[in-house]
Amino acid sequence: MSPRVRLWVFLVGAAGFAALFAAACLDLPAFGTVPHPYGVRAVHAALSHHTANVIASVNFDLRAFDTLGEESILFSAVIGTVVLLRQARDEHRKDPEPATVHPPVRRFALLTLPFALLVGLYVIAHGQISPGGGFQGGVVAATALHLLYIAADYRALERVRPLTLYEIGEAAGEAAYVITGLAAVLAGSAFLANVLPFGTLATLSSGGTAMVLNAAVGLEVTSGIVVLLARFLDQAVEIEEPGEGGGSPRDTRDSGGNGDDERERA
Amino acid sequence: MDTARLLPLVVAVPLLGAAVLVATGRRLPRLVSDIVGCAFAAATAATALLVLFRAGHPGPGGYPVEWVGGWQRVGIVLVGDPLGAGLAALVSLLVVAVLVYSWRYFEEPPRRHTGSFPALILVFQAGMCGFALTGDLFNAFVFFELMGVVAYALTGFRVEEPKPLQGALAFGVVNSLGAYVTLLGITLLYARTGELGFAQIGRRLDTEGPDGLVLAAFVLVTTGLLVKAAAVPFHFWLPDAHAVAPTPVCMLLSGVMVELGVYGVARVYWTVFSGPGGLSHPDFTRALLVLGVLTALLGAVMCWQQRHLKRLLAFSTVAHTGLFLIGVAVLTPEGISGTALYVLGHAGVKAALFACAGVLLDRYATVDEHELFGRARELPAVGVLFAVGGLALSGLPPFGSGLGKAAAEEAAGHTAVWLPALYVLVSAVTGGAVLRAGLRIFAGVGRRPRDEEEGGPETTGEEEPETGGRLGRIPMPLLAVPAGLLAASLALGVVPAVASAVGRAGALFTDTGGYRRTVLDGHAEAVPAHVPPHWQLTGILLGLLSAALAITLATLAVRRPVHTGTAALLAPVRRLQSGHIGDYVAWLIAGTALLTALTVPGVR
Amino acid sequence: MTVLPYLVAGWIFLIGVYGLVTSRDLIHAVGCLAVTQSSTYVLLLAVGYRNGGTAPVFADAPTDSRVVDPVVQALALTDIVVGATVTALLLALVVQLRKRHGTVDPDALSELKG
Repeated sequence: MSPRVRLWVFLVGAAGFAALFAAACLDLPAFGTVPHPYGVRAVHAALSHHTANVIASVNFDLRAFDTLGEESILFSAVIGTVVLLRQARDEHRKDPEPATVHPPVRRFALLTLPFALLVGLYVIAHGQISPGGGFQGGVVAATALHLLYIAADYRALERVRPLTLYEIGEAAGEAAYVITGLAAVLAGSAFLANVLPFGTLATLSSGGTAMVLNAAVGLEVTSGIVVLLARFLDQAVEIEEPGEGGGSPRDTRDSGGNGDDERERA
Repeated sequence: MDTARLLPLVVAVPLLGAAVLVATGRRLPRLVSDIVGCAFAAATAATALLVLFRAGHPGPGGYPVEWVGGWQRVGIVLVGDPLGAGLAALVSLLVVAVLVYSWRYFEEPPRRHTGSFPALILVFQAGMCGFALTGDLFNAFVFFELMGVVAYALTGFRVEEPKPLQGALAFGVVNSLGAYVTLLGITLLYARTGELGFAQIGRRLDTEGPDGLVLAAFVLVTTGLLVKAAAVPFHFWLPDAHAVAPTPVCMLLSGVMVELGVYGVARVYWTVFSGPGGLSHPDFTRALLVLGVLTALLGAVMCWQQRHLKRLLAFSTVAHTGLFLIGVAVLTPEGISGTALYVLGHAGVKAALFACAGVLLDRYATVDEHELFGRARELPAVGVLFAVGGLALSGLPPFGSGLGKAAAEEAAGHTAVWLPALYVLVSAVTGGAVLRAGLRIFAGVGRRPRDEEEGGPETTGEEEPETGGRLGRIPMPLLAVPAGLLAASLALGVVPAVASAVGRAGALFTDTGGYRRTVLDGHAEAVPAHVPPHWQLTGILLGLLSAALAITLATLAVRRPVHTGTAALLAPVRRLQSGHIGDYVAWLIAGTALLTALTVPGVR
Repeated sequence: MTVLPYLVAGWIFLIGVYGLVTSRDLIHAVGCLAVTQSSTYVLLLAVGYRNGGTAPVFADAPTDSRVVDPVVQALALTDIVVGATVTALLLALVVQLRKRHGTVDPDALSELKG
């Protein structure tokens, strides 16, 4: 379709959508007065399991099955990205070049790095009692590592980032979640049932299996995001397009892998 | 242990398998990772079959119902009603077949990531099984997205070529957008009812009359599911994705994933919206019937026009989805059970046809009907399988697809007398297109087709083979799998126990009150009165008629030159399939408006 | 306006779709898809709000305090994770597409037609 026709098709559709959505909104209860039967039940359920952060309780206890799906979405997206951003048959790698960094940037990044990493781990650990949890903290922790890329260069980042380990960590996080669920079945309860002692409300060891599942997600998200970012950075820094000369072709036979193993051995 | 406890395992086991494959994939040789993948898929299939068996022989509480985590009415419920459990079993069995088929596929898996292909397939299996079994609307969205994400990655698997990337991107954008529309609808339902389970939402809705909010929620939730089901005008992503995805992935996409969209529409309507507080039956029937007829006709017309074999099969899936939507639209137990059987038979046949196309692709590096003319004479076995597949697709008795078609068209005939004619026409055209391609490719019958216009609106079938090099000898699994799938499809139509089980499943599926009582109150429900699909004289005759028409169309097409007149007439229709993401998105929004217009008389 | 927060969600959705339809750059299109998705966050959180409610975390609040709906917040979290991963996957496809086609303009992609 020409852009003009396309726009008209959209405008007609959008008019219909807008009318439908507006009609629905006018039938909704006024903002702030929607009834929440499920929400109320969830609060009771969370408190009965001594989980102070009700959202964490919904995610890792009441609706832990949703989170299994959610974690698997991240898991499969990471495998998908690994597959999609592999080194194609006709591409080759070059070694990343050392970069010069302005001293203030370097100082700032190096100062922030341990702090950010700590914040990430703190947010993961306190998922069941304060806002946050495995997903949020995992992203912070994974991003913190990449401050090294800003502080130094890609080679420095690669040294602290053994990708194999992170890939295994990702799979281990996914497996740990499933195995925690299966353990409950073996203990005679339902899949993903909260079979551990609930602990005291608002302490670090409260929440029973919610705590374990939260940690499993934290592990998976931290490792997964590191692997994900590594794939994109490889594309930007290391992998050369077919026909693009220059650099030092490292291993043209290497189809689809990355150079980590070689580097680890070296 | 109670069989219901097994329900979550149908999702958990393949996910565990995927994690194992990813963790160990670097070290494992190819053969071992394939075996591990098959083992986990087979274990899941066994679990699903066990649940299905229990659903067919219910205990005191009716079919298996499991609240995950033991959170009765607070958590997520998984429901093993015969239809849902049956779909999970179908998905799992097809996944096993696909993993066996891809045994010798992909000679060059991504280095040091040998496990990633079977791992992705296992996650795909988990997503589809979860979607089939869940009784919770938001959980359904999560599994909808899970199967989507895996499917986008699998579609773009062959990154060395430009086409798969483009198809995968269109697939990803359109399906994600559809999922978000569904989520808007789910949120509206939550705002009204404060619940997320199908049964709970339905009960709450029925305490009030329908209004604009309920209508909007129905339209929005259904839009996303219809995108997955590739109903017109949400269908554009499907041919682009199916034509380029690796063949084993196509077998799953066409065989079950698209059908799960139809299942979602039917499940959500029957459990949530079919009561007095939802959308009235005539309105639902009108909306879905219009979309179904449009989808069936457009799919058949486009299917006939294709020369790219996988694209041809993809459009035939669009056409058949249209017929499935019609079977759902008539809102009778017979319509559901007939369609369910049709879906089962179609899955085997379509997967077998894709498997044959995959063999051609790997041997000749093309799936173009014109280029392959007569070249596959050396593969008589594949040719026979392909021809049998084409006949089964056209609804030839006694294949399962034939019995399903007969039962569905009989049910549809009660709603509108002309609908059986549509079933016959559409299955004859799609089956005929397959037979025409088969006659040209495997027998070299008729005149060699000429490529008359250069650069016309056409996708030709030049592709890279998916194996390391071109295949010399055809490996055993590449033949055994399609043969097994066709045999299974035949068995579905011949074994009477299948038809009676499907009939029972359809009756339980359409019993809204029974579903809600079984899920929420744990009451066993008697199976409502129903007629299971069975061979009737009219059905057999119409099936034979479709097959005869398909053969006639195919023979005429290869004997006579192409009618440039009809091709020119249909050119505007073909140009709609532009490959442009912006076009597809515009059509999606227009489709939402169309669905609104079709259902809006429902607001009183 | 007591329904304004809901209507805002619809507006964000349509703006995102407009961007997708008129996009001349696939990276921009993926961004627009993320915009469309943010409409679902807005709607979820708007639906979950209760007048005078506080965050549903009882670490240092009395257990009988009035809180906003925790369920929609958990759903929004799931939704965000889904959105981030889909964006990553689509961007990976665009990166490869740019290499194979040399363009990210959807008008210039013409491999699949008819």
